[in-house]
Amino acid sequence: MTIDWQAFTPWTSLLGGALIGLAAAAFVLLNGRIAGISGIVGGLLTPKKADTGWRLAFVGGMVTAPLLWLLVSSLPVIRIDASFPMLVVAGLVVGLSTRFGAGCTSGHGVCGISRLSPRSLVATAAFMLSGFATVFIIRHLLGGL
Amino acid sequence: MNKSLLSAFIAGLIFGIGLLVSGMANPEKVLGFLDLAGPWDPSLALVMGGAVAVGLLAFNLADKRQTSLLGDVMRLPTRQDIDKPLVLGSLGFGIGWGLAGFCPGPALVALGAGELKALVFTVAMLSGMAVYELLQRQRPG
Repeated sequence: MTIDWQAFTPWTSLLGGALIGLAAAAFVLLNGRIAGISGIVGGLLTPKKADTGWRLAFVGGMVTAPLLWLLVSSLPVIRIDASFPMLVVAGLVVGLSTRFGAGCTSGHGVCGISRLSPRSLVATAAFMLSGFATVFIIRHLLGGL
Repeated sequence: MNKSLLSAFIAGLIFGIGLLVSGMANPEKVLGFLDLAGPWDPSLALVMGGAVAVGLLAFNLADKRQTSLLGDVMRLPTRQDIDKPLVLGSLGFGIGWGLAGFCPGPALVALGAGELKALVFTVAMLSGMAVYELLQRQRPG
């Protein structure tokens, strides 16, 4: 294994992670809910009274974040190499399987691990493992798609 | 404005800023982390480390509470069982994550940044979630 020291951003990643943790902390302490993005978004598809508002507010905050950022500075690089067909497949797979798995990187990876939930520990191990395997297959066995 | 709605909006906003600061909103960087056999960028391990360090404290407090600070009912998951949908769903999520470098949160932030590809991913993701709801409805019982 070789480390890409050029790309490694320990301080901003740690700081950004702490902000994510702060957001999840504020949400659970103030609203009593888990900041799990797939669950928050997925719940919008089966709207219930008094339930849609906070979901839209949270999603609205996330979508607004880059706009707020732009008031202060230019946005950091967002580079999406995947092709459009690949993005469609990836989106379908992520949407379907995060609902089956009851969470994604935020709900299981941040909130669930912070609660030492056995389900989230297993889920996080599983999606990290298959994420590593998928990139290995695409980049090193198939030569990139 | 309703206090719970405002705090949900601000939590989403801070979450999104955190994803931008950390580099996780950039699929190229996510794939650099998932590519263990290439030149490996360990940054994302620190994103999770930073988030969990803050989270451990907050969730420890939250798990002891009956109501939230704004007076809402605490809605925290209580399940402990490891079942097939959890494991297979999570394995499937990792595959989708590795295909494009997007998970749900960063896709929403990149969408706000005006990235057309993030819009395509998000619409596909919503479709995948809709398929899940349809499958749930068809299940007997």
